[in-house]
Amino acid sequence: MPSLKDLKNRITSVKSTRKITKAMQMVAAAKLKRAQDAATASRPYASRMASVLANLSASAGAGGPKLLAGTGEDKTHLIVVMTAERGLAGGFNTYVVKLAKQKIGELRAEGKTVKILTVGKKGREQLSREYGDMFVAHVDLADVKGGNYTESALALGHSLTTRFEDGEFDVATLIYSQFRNVLSQVPTAQQIIPASAPADAPKVDLKGAIYQYEPSETEILETLLPRYINTQILSAMLESAAGEQASRMTAMDNATRNAGDMIDSLSLQYNRARQAQITKELIEIISGAEAL
Amino acid sequence: MADKLHFALVSPAKELFSGEVDQVIAPGTEGEFGVLVNHAPFMTTLKNGVVRVLEGDSVKMRIFVRGGFADVTPDGLTILAEEARNLDGVKVEEVQAEMEATLLKIQALDKDDTAKGALQAHFDYLESLKAALVH
Repeated sequence: MPSLKDLKNRITSVKSTRKITKAMQMVAAAKLKRAQDAATASRPYASRMASVLANLSASAGAGGPKLLAGTGEDKTHLIVVMTAERGLAGGFNTYVVKLAKQKIGELRAEGKTVKILTVGKKGREQLSREYGDMFVAHVDLADVKGGNYTESALALGHSLTTRFEDGEFDVATLIYSQFRNVLSQVPTAQQIIPASAPADAPKVDLKGAIYQYEPSETEILETLLPRYINTQILSAMLESAAGEQASRMTAMDNATRNAGDMIDSLSLQYNRARQAQITKELIEIISGAEAL
Repeated sequence: MADKLHFALVSPAKELFSGEVDQVIAPGTEGEFGVLVNHAPFMTTLKNGVVRVLEGDSVKMRIFVRGGFADVTPDGLTILAEEARNLDGVKVEEVQAEMEATLLKIQALDKDDTAKGALQAHFDYLESLKAALVH
């Protein structure tokens, strides 16, 4: 049976923990709003880009540039694992890493070479023990301020296309957490190189007319494809950022509630122990008085 | 009512404009071109320059874009710009300040840093934006 003082100390410590988790929850809620707005604002561009690419690739056929057609091989896979810089966000990072591990396992079972590029510190930490020797690069998101991921996305896109052209890999898959809503973030694997237009991209009915290209179709595709890849990376980063905040908000909300429950049960225990002590003292006094 | 052209201008950051207009004049890499309603399907890359939106004979809006694509379909015109700013909202001094900040960032980077190319493009954009403002 813990003493009264022990109980009091524990109650104070749980109370301060609750203050911290409550504060983190509110910070996450404020950041979530911003991140969500940024993710929503980037969607029209991404979806229009996808439909432009769908139109173009439909008419380009198989003879397109390498970024679209692929290297013709399927040996070396690059897995880009996108997680958060910080923890304390519930299962957010773990779910992404779990999917990545599963994917890596599958590819290895098929006898492919797997390389890993990590984005965000947490994923790197969780993967380094098992797959540390497969890391090729890491992108740090700690410097990103105010949700401005454009520069990091451009840099990553550039490094991916350069590596691809140097023949470092045949297929690149991006594993990130897709933001559905505040309560659900879905870990998703998306192939980004060779690029493919999403199957659900709206096709435009040309009403029998033929597209004119200026300059040529191939030149347009060559400028469009790297940008399309950058756009996909950027929207993945934005979604991942929104998901991180949403996940942290939920996790911290739960933690705050748990702390509250704990304080209640500890207070009950404390009051009982105090009452027991008072009763005991009374009994001692009364039995002492009777003995006289 | 005469037919109108559906025009949308989006950049990665946001959708700058979406609506019905009379005519749009855009800076293609192979020359400036105008788009009216019922234009034939057409796609081109863009260079840095001003996209003008015309309502009747008067210019309703001027947007400065960096690179990107124009896609004309029977549904209308879509411009996908890497960066875009409404010219009415920017001041020369602000652009100048941003140019200096970008230049500092470029100088701070290593030579082979991958972000350098992107920053340089941003700087060039600001420079031409400033030129467009002064005139």
